[in-house]
Amino acid sequence: MRRMDLRLLLPTLSLLLLLGAVFWMQPRAMSYTGLNLLFNLSVPIALATIAQMLVIMVDDIDLSIGTFVGFCACVTATFLHDTPLLGVLILGAAVAAYAALGALIELRGLPAIVVTLGMSFVWSGLAVLMLPAPGGSSPAWITALMKARPPLVPMAIIACVVLAVVGHLLVTRSSLGTLLRAVGGNARSVSRVGWSVVRLKATAYGLAGVFGVLSGMALVGLTTSADANIALRYTLLSIAGVILGGGEFTGGRVSPVGAVIGALTLTLAGSFLTFIRLSPDWQIGAQGVILIVVLAARLLVRRRAVR
Amino acid sequence: MMATTWTRPWFWAFAAAALAFAATVVLTGVQGAGGLLVAALTFASFSVLVGLGQMAVITMGPGNVDLSIPAVMTLAGTLSLKLMGGAAGTELWGLLAALGIGLGAGVANYALIWLLRIPPIIATLSASFVFQSVAIWSNRGLRIKPPVSLAEFSTGSTLGVPNAAWIGLAAALVFWMLIERTAYGRRLSAIGQNARAARLAGVPVEGVRAATYVLSAVMAALAGFLLSCFSGGAALNMGAEYLLMSIAVVVIGGSSIAGGNSNVPGIWGAALFMFLIVSMLNSYGLGAGVRLILTGVIIVAIVVAASGRRLTP
Amino acid sequence: MESAAPVVSLQAVGRAFGAVRALSDVTLSIAPGEVLGLVGHNGAGKSTLVNIVTGVLPPSEGQAIYAGGTPREAGVRVVAQELALAPNLTVAENLRIPQRDLRGLMWRGKARTRIRSALDEVFPDHGIGADTVVGDLPLAKRQMVEIAMAFAEGGPAPRLVILDEPTSSLDASRADQLLRHVHRFRECGGAVIFISHILHEVFAVATRVVVMRDGRVVDDRPAGGYTRTSLVEAMGHVAREGARERRIAASGVEVVSTPEGLRAGQGEIVGLAGLAGHGQAEALARLYLERTSDWRGRSPVPAAFVAGDRARDGVMPIWSIARNLSLAGLAMLRRAGFVDRAREARLVADWRERIGIRTDDTGRPILSLSGGNQQKVLFARALATGAPLIVMDDPMRGVDVGTKGDVYEMIRSEAAAGRTILWYSTEAEEMTLCDRVYVFRNGRIAAELRGEKITEERMLAASFDMGEAAA
Repeated sequence: MRRMDLRLLLPTLSLLLLLGAVFWMQPRAMSYTGLNLLFNLSVPIALATIAQMLVIMVDDIDLSIGTFVGFCACVTATFLHDTPLLGVLILGAAVAAYAALGALIELRGLPAIVVTLGMSFVWSGLAVLMLPAPGGSSPAWITALMKARPPLVPMAIIACVVLAVVGHLLVTRSSLGTLLRAVGGNARSVSRVGWSVVRLKATAYGLAGVFGVLSGMALVGLTTSADANIALRYTLLSIAGVILGGGEFTGGRVSPVGAVIGALTLTLAGSFLTFIRLSPDWQIGAQGVILIVVLAARLLVRRRAVR
Repeated sequence: MMATTWTRPWFWAFAAAALAFAATVVLTGVQGAGGLLVAALTFASFSVLVGLGQMAVITMGPGNVDLSIPAVMTLAGTLSLKLMGGAAGTELWGLLAALGIGLGAGVANYALIWLLRIPPIIATLSASFVFQSVAIWSNRGLRIKPPVSLAEFSTGSTLGVPNAAWIGLAAALVFWMLIERTAYGRRLSAIGQNARAARLAGVPVEGVRAATYVLSAVMAALAGFLLSCFSGGAALNMGAEYLLMSIAVVVIGGSSIAGGNSNVPGIWGAALFMFLIVSMLNSYGLGAGVRLILTGVIIVAIVVAASGRRLTP
Repeated sequence: MESAAPVVSLQAVGRAFGAVRALSDVTLSIAPGEVLGLVGHNGAGKSTLVNIVTGVLPPSEGQAIYAGGTPREAGVRVVAQELALAPNLTVAENLRIPQRDLRGLMWRGKARTRIRSALDEVFPDHGIGADTVVGDLPLAKRQMVEIAMAFAEGGPAPRLVILDEPTSSLDASRADQLLRHVHRFRECGGAVIFISHILHEVFAVATRVVVMRDGRVVDDRPAGGYTRTSLVEAMGHVAREGARERRIAASGVEVVSTPEGLRAGQGEIVGLAGLAGHGQAEALARLYLERTSDWRGRSPVPAAFVAGDRARDGVMPIWSIARNLSLAGLAMLRRAGFVDRAREARLVADWRERIGIRTDDTGRPILSLSGGNQQKVLFARALATGAPLIVMDDPMRGVDVGTKGDVYEMIRSEAAAGRTILWYSTEAEEMTLCDRVYVFRNGRIAAELRGEKITEERMLAASFDMGEAAA
């Protein structure tokens, strides 16, 4: 427990530091509307980050999550809006496809990085077939949910807190989540006592699919329309978010709360740079620098811990 | 180890490319064949340049992949064009600047991998964010034209073959020599087969890894330079499609994703195939969607088939 | 107690891995209330026996019968030498992996209670929190957790617990607590298989001692029927008179000298003996890595390594014999960056001849060779570098007798030519070919033997901790 808390300390600190800087630059941001603007886009990113985290948790990596979110956004803006039942069926099939992919990767010992790369073509192809040009429209209930203005705290923050809690319960607390993390930590001993690693990996990928679907739906709720390329950068953002949140690439060391914090940090970094009037040119670069600085800080912390 | 042509891993890439070519020509008629071939050779050569670098990286085994290729292409393209400013007589400086940028980017990539002890995928990813930003900042929406001589060279032909393709062929030849004939190539393959055993056999693993990431970035810079001359200016998204492309041509070209086995001719076959399948699907009236789906299905199918080969001893 | 139905009984069980027989004709049963001490030297078949009892490996002959169906239902639990914990999970969470009934809302509480009470019972004042992440624990505490997990309530209750070198990283007082718990467990009707190289521990807990050698049970008696000396004798081979002539001690120029006390002179064959996994391989790897560079292939090559675990440390599986052979010597074969292929071909042909690799074409894949011939290629790879220091990490594993003879010959002639050879072997017999032998125990040098003093008995005695009271 202590280790996990320590692991969360760095991401939390960097988020608070960034938030403090934003408030200092722009005191008006310290309001309901300001916070809403700052964190608005963080919900779909956080959902995608959780999806990525579930795959990283079992020692793989998903290079298709961005296009998958785009695909789900397109389904949401077309089928789910026009013929809800068919939309639900398609999204369900997409989740099943994710689970099947996880099983296939484990069964044949495939490199996840290349398989998911191939799948990213497939998802974006399917999305282009549905929506060759930007368009579609969001189902009213999703828009209502995403744009709701609850009292006191903006929707985006509530959603992120709920997501962090759900992720924590699912991955960190539940007995299934524990077993899934064990696959990342020591797959050999898991299979030695008779568990099917194929089935467990399929479960992890399937769950990732679920969060990918939710991310696509949330994104459409915010933008009210979709196109195939709407979430391309989510692949890289989600990987960065997991790492920023204290997760590691191997060994099943992930934290859902950290992943959400990582996603929030990345979203906020963009806003921060706008506030300090650094040209938007540097936004991506700043995300890269933040990533490098956090990784370097983590290395230093760990070195000291070893000593 | 039978020497018959069809068991060579690159054979299938070329066969598939030829098939796609034939299928297109059947529809469009013979008069379009020449033009199609020139276009295929030209566009394939850009994929070849980045694919060769990515191949060297992927040869080092699981976990090794260079995600900064698109950003390095863009950075090298924009900065070198800016330096030349469209003036004649600056061509050599532009080229040297592009290659120097590649060198610097490669060193930066490897420095992150080595200093922060992070997986190459996250190191090249975070570095690429920074490269991308520098490119955006330096470009500022300007569209600087390349010097006329370079524009003419990169779009022109010699002996009926596009100049870009000559460069791609030369690069492939150099890589073939490097992989098959030098101590570096041997060591690269050894690391990919078993890095631990390679180190115990005296292979300077870190030195080879550093050289390989630099090599990949330099190839990406060269491709970016050439591509921006060819298309009359650098665009910020010009590298975007080459990330997936660079990995796809390596996989389709018959190099092993498990590492250790690289295949230079296959890169050319796969690059031609990737272009020709698009033209084929286009000429049959199929849209971008179907093309993307087929590309993805082909990549996954090849990976699954390749894993089957490894399972049977 | 004798009359109780056995927890497990093996009937004429044998197990082969390809052509290698790891276990032959073992008939053995373990009754409730018995503690079986299992002893034997490296490769005697202990771990294969354990894997068969736990059901991880099916026997190739004979059968294993359990009281209660499958090994899991019969309550067979194991603490293996390799760590079976997931380092990213907490102590309590790790219990979730083997115990399937830990489900539902309250599973964490249940897991915590179970592991806490097991830890309290086996290791009083253990100081391990149930919510500590295993990766944060020092090695000794991880081993304590693993032992406690094996004795913990839940699932089918433990009835036979197999402890394979359970005290290897515990200090004396913790080891003592464990031994006392084994006593208690036995008195409550539990059965234990206890494997240890620390003989006084075996005598302290075992009711019966089984000695294994070359995959067979060679002795099976109540613990009282042995003395320490008779047990060591039963494990070793009957002493044979070594017919080898001792070489004159080497020239004396010291080539190797490490802080841990390992020394070797020019032209000397120095052996690293002791039980497997007591730090010999690590010492060799450290030595080799220090002398070679991560960044640049030096010419002349300062040191060369011969791997014993061919798949893990040696063979390049997709390459030909020739390429495998020339790999370590690339730095010498380089001309302006390119490999001088004519010289490479000469080098390969020369070494194929000298070391007798049985193939008509060195262009064939290395995996087309038998294990023994693959090993010869690895020897040739190291020797062909011309390096003055050759480091060998148990290189004769799974090698046939004929090849061994050839290689022994080669090693001696290379040493006579002035090369220094560091040789780790799990076979005591091979160590008698050395000029000097260091016996390792628990990561440290426990004894240094020279010349006539190098005998299997002395090495064996130094490998096993006889305890303070040892005669």
